[in-house]
Amino acid sequence: MTLREQLREKISAAFYRHGLLCASYPVPIILFTSASILTCCYPLLRLPLPGTGPVEFTTGVRDYSVPSHEPQGDLGERPDWYRGPPVAYIQQVLVKAAVSPWDSSLVPVDVFRSPLGRAFSLLEEIRNHVYSDSSGIRSLESLCLQVTDLFPGLRRMQSVLPEHGCLLVSPGNYWQNQQELFDSDPDLLKTIQKHEPKGLHTSATLRDLLFGVPGKYTGVSHYNRKRVVTYTITVVLSSYDAGFLGSLRSRLKQLHPSANCSLRDDHMVHVHFKEEIGIAELIPLVTTYIILFAYIYFSTRKIDMVKSKWGLALAAVVTVLSSLLMSVGLCTLFGLTPTLNGGEIFPYLVVVIGLENVLVLTKSVVSTPVDLEVKLRIAQGLSNESWSIMKNMATELCIILIGYFTLVPAIQEFCLFAVVGLVSDFFLQMFFFTTVLSIDIRRMELADLNRRLPAEAGLPPPKPGPLRTREVPPPPRPSPHTITLQTPAFRNLRLPKRLRVVYFLARTRLAQRIIMVGTVIWIGILVYTDPAGIRTYLAAQVSEQSPLGDPGGGGLPPHLGVAPVFRGGDPTSTLSIHPAPDPTPLPENQSQGHHGSARAGPLPQAPPAVPQITWGAEDEEGWRRLSFRHWPSLFSYYNITLAKRYISILPVIPVTVHLSPQEAIETRHPQDTRHPPPPIPKVAADLQTDLTLYKVAALGLAAGVLLVLLLFCLYRVLCPRNYGQNGVPHGRRRRGDLPCDDYGYSPPVSEISPLLLRGHSMDIECLASDGMLLASCCLAGQIRVWDAQTGDCLTVIPNHGLNSVSLSGSGGAAAVSECLGSEAGGSSVTADGLSEEEGYPLRRRTAPARPTLFTDQPDLTPLIDTNFTSQPPSHLSTPPRDGFDFGGLVERAYMEHEPPSPSTYPAPSSRASTAGTQATPDWESSVWAMELRGNLIAAGRSSGKLELWDAVEGSLRCSNEDGVSGITALAFLNNRIVAARLNGSLDFFTVEINKPLCLLQYRGAPGRGSMPPSPCYSSEDVISCQLTRSVQCAHQKPITVLRAAAGRVVTGSQDHTVRIYRLEDSCCLFTLQGHSGGITSIYIDQTMVLASGGQDGAICLWDVLTGSRVSHVYGHRGDVTSLVCTTSCVISSGLDDLICIWDRSTGIKLYSIQQEVGCGASLGVISESLLVTGGQGCVSFWDLNFGDLLQTVYLGQSSDGQGVRQLLVLDNAAIVCDFGSELSLVYVPSVLEKLD
Amino acid sequence: MSLTLTAMSDSKVTSGQQQWSGSGQTPRPARGPYISVITNRTTNLLIRGAMLFSVGVFLALVLNLLQVQRNVTLFPPDVISSIFSSAWWVPPCCGTASALIGLLYPCIDSRLGEPHKFKREWSSVMRCVAVFVGINHASAKVDFANNVQLSLTLAALSIGLWWTFDRSRSGFGLGVSIALLATLATQLLVYNGVFQYTSPDFLYIRSWLPCIFFAGVITMGNIGRQLALYEYKFIQEKSHQD
Repeated sequence: MTLREQLREKISAAFYRHGLLCASYPVPIILFTSASILTCCYPLLRLPLPGTGPVEFTTGVRDYSVPSHEPQGDLGERPDWYRGPPVAYIQQVLVKAAVSPWDSSLVPVDVFRSPLGRAFSLLEEIRNHVYSDSSGIRSLESLCLQVTDLFPGLRRMQSVLPEHGCLLVSPGNYWQNQQELFDSDPDLLKTIQKHEPKGLHTSATLRDLLFGVPGKYTGVSHYNRKRVVTYTITVVLSSYDAGFLGSLRSRLKQLHPSANCSLRDDHMVHVHFKEEIGIAELIPLVTTYIILFAYIYFSTRKIDMVKSKWGLALAAVVTVLSSLLMSVGLCTLFGLTPTLNGGEIFPYLVVVIGLENVLVLTKSVVSTPVDLEVKLRIAQGLSNESWSIMKNMATELCIILIGYFTLVPAIQEFCLFAVVGLVSDFFLQMFFFTTVLSIDIRRMELADLNRRLPAEAGLPPPKPGPLRTREVPPPPRPSPHTITLQTPAFRNLRLPKRLRVVYFLARTRLAQRIIMVGTVIWIGILVYTDPAGIRTYLAAQVSEQSPLGDPGGGGLPPHLGVAPVFRGGDPTSTLSIHPAPDPTPLPENQSQGHHGSARAGPLPQAPPAVPQITWGAEDEEGWRRLSFRHWPSLFSYYNITLAKRYISILPVIPVTVHLSPQEAIETRHPQDTRHPPPPIPKVAADLQTDLTLYKVAALGLAAGVLLVLLLFCLYRVLCPRNYGQNGVPHGRRRRGDLPCDDYGYSPPVSEISPLLLRGHSMDIECLASDGMLLASCCLAGQIRVWDAQTGDCLTVIPNHGLNSVSLSGSGGAAAVSECLGSEAGGSSVTADGLSEEEGYPLRRRTAPARPTLFTDQPDLTPLIDTNFTSQPPSHLSTPPRDGFDFGGLVERAYMEHEPPSPSTYPAPSSRASTAGTQATPDWESSVWAMELRGNLIAAGRSSGKLELWDAVEGSLRCSNEDGVSGITALAFLNNRIVAARLNGSLDFFTVEINKPLCLLQYRGAPGRGSMPPSPCYSSEDVISCQLTRSVQCAHQKPITVLRAAAGRVVTGSQDHTVRIYRLEDSCCLFTLQGHSGGITSIYIDQTMVLASGGQDGAICLWDVLTGSRVSHVYGHRGDVTSLVCTTSCVISSGLDDLICIWDRSTGIKLYSIQQEVGCGASLGVISESLLVTGGQGCVSFWDLNFGDLLQTVYLGQSSDGQGVRQLLVLDNAAIVCDFGSELSLVYVPSVLEKLD
Repeated sequence: MSLTLTAMSDSKVTSGQQQWSGSGQTPRPARGPYISVITNRTTNLLIRGAMLFSVGVFLALVLNLLQVQRNVTLFPPDVISSIFSSAWWVPPCCGTASALIGLLYPCIDSRLGEPHKFKREWSSVMRCVAVFVGINHASAKVDFANNVQLSLTLAALSIGLWWTFDRSRSGFGLGVSIALLATLATQLLVYNGVFQYTSPDFLYIRSWLPCIFFAGVITMGNIGRQLALYEYKFIQEKSHQD
């Protein structure tokens, strides 16, 4: 044994043990796995959430120093991006200017013209500010961020944004920072508007950039009620100099004091920006994700043969995803911070890790023998695949190891992640997925077990009570098992699959709930962490409620009732050009030159209720109100990216400017007055925004309509209308199927339990019912009468003739002779010469030959074992393949049967029936056909004898021995009996009773229109049965089918023809020709619908009144075995195990159902939409509207060998089917309700 | 790294293979509309060719986009123009080449009489495509120390791709020969000044180009084989039925 084999064996053994372990303790293992997943994912909590915009970090101003590049241990909550100097420092000078007092002589343009004009002087002041201390003289030029060139392609920005020198942005940039241009500009708003981009822009616009506050807060418009103009002068500094900034701050404050301004100025905020993802990068990303999803789809599609396919697919995906999360978490835990873009490499990681192992495991486990225990199946499956799994994993690890030695950092990192991911994936596969698989398999087994349980439990028949005879069947519904049927609502309206998906989703609202919860959480996180979000809002609320300033006198404007306002005329806010130097610790510096050319005079006498300049908490960090793309876009104009870097925003310098009306008038442009501010601008502005809104709305609407159309097209493409075609979606009726949707949805259930009627010792051959009573006859010749409602055995007509001796040679009847014990003893005759014919009865047993209502089949089995070795040559012509070659069979049987005379057999000791009658039962021949009407059982025997029995008393009422040929089929209608004989003749009998029918004793509900009410006969009546007419040679060949309804008798024969007789006068009305094979099944009902099916696989519909053929379709390969009609469709089953449903009026095939091979061909229609078929040991209910399997009811444990050959639908919505030596009575309660 | 793997393979390579595609197809008797489409070999070939062509064009566009340096345009002025930033003839060339390669592979398989059986599933094909995109991704985005390292890494990855998804000698031979031809053609193109690389390190082109070509050929061959499997399956079924 080589090392390799040893290794292989060891691995296999280890996997086997592991599989046993997993399958034995599923719950603890799943708990353990979940716990370990959560533990490994815990470090991920520290990673930032994607999509929450920039991250902030606040430090104090006073002790600020540029952070070093090296991480210095753990400095509190300092984020890891806070290293090294920032890209830039942003110093904003927030200017609030107003003309006060407001004068009615002023035009609206004055609201912003002169305040904006003040920006130029402020700019001058800032530019010229110098600060000198011991280390030298510093000016703005030395500190500011020098920009060189605008990004190419921004031609339209060239005139506005500074192209050289300091990055200093203010509204003055609109006029190239030149006061003269500003003064000569006739229309300021137009200049500002000119640079606005067309269309919809959510990110920073030029106006936002220059003004530094969001557009609606600037107050630069004709429609400005507050008459306060707000703008900022933004200075971008490359290095931080506390001295310079301090002196600039105090200088500006001194020049333009903002009284009562309590803005905090001790905090600077560092803003870290995430990586920008452009559309150009998004497309490859999206492509990789699409490929990933295609991969996952194609992989999980292969999972099959399990209980819940979707569940396992989900488990597989969960396995892979959580292994990735685990790998990231583990790497983070050990200090490997991911530098790769997670979203980018994620698909590749998934592809590398793969779903293959999971699929291989599933397939391997599923392919283990089903009859093993779950544990063993799991263990075997695991150990079968252990070698390949280990080999694959080793290969992958090797490849990744090679990748690690490429010494490229990015690839190394990827490989590291992949290795950890692979290992954790292996771990999860072994523990998580295997356990889930074992649970799934166990569920499947449980479902199987549930179905098997009934038989096991029902196997020991309940001990007969002392009061009952031995033949008493078990009390009704003794079986402990329950089999479910869907509620009527669901059963009657079977939906197509896609609707069921929709209904399932709608019922559980799963998707909506998940999406809703996810969205709520997401929005919550976003809102909470968003810079302009709820935190700031809450902070603002809190600060607003604490009064910031003296509310002042009584002149509060009503619209500012809550906000801390400040009147211009308040003594504390007196504007003063007088130095009034504050005791600042900083050295005072003077601006060089330009000493306030536009200094306003003091306005102490300002009247109340004029433009109010207020400073609130929202001004403190006014930049928060800007788009978070504001700074990145500003920098991007100069080809500086902020991705993964940070900027520091210094506290704003508040500047308050009050201007006198005279000043405003002086700076007025001549055209300003010529353009008196009509209300039009406002309307225009409104109209513009409205228009934009409308455009957006229209676009959205169009997009929505397009989407709907697209989805509709997709739907049409993906859902062709041929569902139910050829039974593809539901064809196979596996034992594993449960009566639930494919989506695991099982509606509320009602229960069905089949009632087993036991008592026959051999297989049941004939079955007849009139709705209330049920008569059955078994191979042994015993006739039993049952109550169709309760299942009680009412009468037993035993066969004491012991003709079973003749059966002992037949293989199929071996059990019979055992049952009958000693009686079968000595007289058995073996017929070796006939051994080749034993195949026929056997074949017939397994073949799904019998039509549903075809209860009057002759019992051919006993005939096989006659002593006659001389075989008629005719049987050679019988094709061997057809278990259904009914005619040939009958013919041969007939040929064999004819020679014997009753004297061949020892006459049995006659056993007088309880009611001594004029007739003597013919015990030695077997019952071939049986019919039941009222309480009379008509039994046709192989000897050609017709007997009438009293069903209740079990006495023979009369018999007729006019014919010698065996009766193959019987029809009993009103008081007429029609018997078809083997030799092709048709005999009409009349039952005469010497006392009129007691019409008072109608028993039971009339049928569904198929039969007239059956009269009952009292036991005192003398009943005679007379042959009224015998049609010799009704057919050239043996009659195979006989049906009677609506006053007509229809016979089908081997000679390819169907004949219709009138019941009253036995007159042949039509001979229908059209089949090219023997007739195998006929259906006729009260509405004179006649359908016939033949050996050629054709189905013909005839008009009984005219004898014309309505339609002729070919539906089956091989014989049509059974035919049933409803008012709208014709249902046929054939030898090819196909059930076809045809439209009755057009003859078009609606759909077909492929059944299992060899399952019964018996059919029955319970209601218009409920079809029942017999199968191997089970009956199945189908919805006729859509061809869906509703339910399969298993009849017992020993089901597999025996098929249901005969199936009767009783009037009370019960189904009787034969099942070996037992009868099964299945109630369909919901249909009962419906009928009621 | 501007104009790179978009010339994944090139029209000249495949011009020599034109003649077989048009040869010897006998239309079969039509059965149903759909069946006959599948059965008809010419139609089938056309469908397959069209699918492969579209896949090739799509991959060419996307992978070209991958090459666009990051952070160049924070404000994408025109997404459309960046998608079609390469010359107009590149995507059609790639499409044609991939169609021909995808048709050539199953043809060679059937000529050699050794049908490819290894991992014939769509999930495996998807995996292969993902790995191919990943190789391109790596070549575009990952910073390598030097070109030799980059080329060796990509070569190893390509060989790994072949080993993982193909493992057939014919596939390897075809891949190598087509890759060499394509590289030669690219050299000629660059030499004639049709386009050029920003930093050529191997005569006029990038040294990793053959590896990318090889991986692309393997991928397209994989897809083509998978597509051809449908026809093959159907013909098999039909012969069973007959």
